Amino acid sequence: MVTSAVNHYCKSSIGRKQLVAITGLLLCGFLVGHLSGNFLLLAGPDAFNIYAHKLASLGPMLYLIEAGLAAIFLVHLGLAMKLNMENMKSRGKYQEKNKTGRGTTFASQTMPYTGIILLIFLVLHLCSLKFGSYYETTVDGVLMRDLYRTTIEYFASTAATAWYVVAMFCAAIHTSHGFASAFQSLGLNHGKYFKNVKRLGLIYAILVGGGFAFVSIWCHMKGV
Amino acid sequence: MSSENMTLNLKIWRQKSAASEGKLVDYRVENVSPDMSFLEMIDVLNEQLVRKGEDPIAFDHDCREGICGMCSMMIDGKAHGGYKNTTTCQVHMRLYKNGDTIVIEPFRAQAFPLIKDLAVDRGAIDKVMIAGGYVTANTGNAPDANAMLIPKPIADEAMDAAACIGCGACVASCPNGSGMLFMGAKISQLALLPQGEPESPRRALNMVHTHDGLGFGNCTNHAECEATCPKGISIEHIARMNREYLKAAFTYHEKTRSEGGA
Repeated sequence: MVTSAVNHYCKSSIGRKQLVAITGLLLCGFLVGHLSGNFLLLAGPDAFNIYAHKLASLGPMLYLIEAGLAAIFLVHLGLAMKLNMENMKSRGKYQEKNKTGRGTTFASQTMPYTGIILLIFLVLHLCSLKFGSYYETTVDGVLMRDLYRTTIEYFASTAATAWYVVAMFCAAIHTSHGFASAFQSLGLNHGKYFKNVKRLGLIYAILVGGGFAFVSIWCHMKGV
Repeated sequence: MSSENMTLNLKIWRQKSAASEGKLVDYRVENVSPDMSFLEMIDVLNEQLVRKGEDPIAFDHDCREGICGMCSMMIDGKAHGGYKNTTTCQVHMRLYKNGDTIVIEPFRAQAFPLIKDLAVDRGAIDKVMIAGGYVTANTGNAPDANAMLIPKPIADEAMDAAACIGCGACVASCPNGSGMLFMGAKISQLALLPQGEPESPRRALNMVHTHDGLGFGNCTNHAECEATCPKGISIEHIARMNREYLKAAFTYHEKTRSEGGA
């Protein structure tokens, strides 16, 4: 009985979009953590490398966290794509363009596209940095990976920085709809506070998208 | 705005049946009074067509006073013409100018198969309602007005949701062809009231699962429905439905006979 209830929930339109909402909010939380780490780049090579080393030395714990993160990402991506593919079938095919735009926004209409750009970005991002060139350095007598050097070298390329900034712009657009939308999906919309949720979503999008882009441009200036 | 009779160019979707191909056909209507409603303007065109021995344009209409929800059509790409809190029958020709070209298409969505011209089958809405959009208890005669006390703000909110006329503009305008606004309005309305609240979990589950099986799309919170709704129903009701559904999915269980249920 319990399994059939969960099964029904995970197959229903509302259940699936609530799962997209929850995983989306978790990913929003991850971005805040990631960005705070990035700001350590500004504090210099040692601070950043020690931070990266601390994370890497979590060992099995890190793999567990990474697996969890990957699972959250895959659920978000998989369900959103499935919902979107169903929606492509169910929408009305108008001859004259259906003049939406009284409720829809650029961000809400481009969610699948910004999402796909972010997916491509993520793969390239992992390849070029996490699994990128490997240097070693010693801080206070401890041998560790010099991820600072990898990062600065990567962003020395103008093309790499430009692509990064474009991707972060997409992230900002994506979250500017996604953040408040997740609250609505979970049923958290009330006249009392929803305007502020929307505002918070916008502030989040600008600060996080802008924050990542800022650090990448800083690295570019540093590397050139 | 104009006070003199107008001549209008219309592009109207003509399609003999669901199986045949359709296309936009050009028509010219003369002597359109600015005091006419949009539907009366189509009546005038249809009379012209009948006189010429042509097939008149099929379109849905009934009360012509904005409460039945029949007059479904997309006028210049917007459901009911896109005027605030207005159904097609309440759109007046004074909103148009002499010589304007107006494109009229049927409501389109996978859940609304076309019957002919501008008439579509919106029976899917009824099917969702049949799945639980009511109170099953026999309520007898109308009770005394104050026998059941409901706070005014709650009654108002339920009334806002109950204003839904089931016209389907939300579905036709939704970029996903989703039926969440009309369904949310009903689930929300009954969940707010003491008469409907006890059955709320079962209602939410049955209606949502029925909705999903009828070819409606999934809501992605564009809020186009809210902007389009001729009754100004807010997506806050969709949020309440989402809450009700979430609650029901994880807490509601109907006991079978072997478990001691009815």
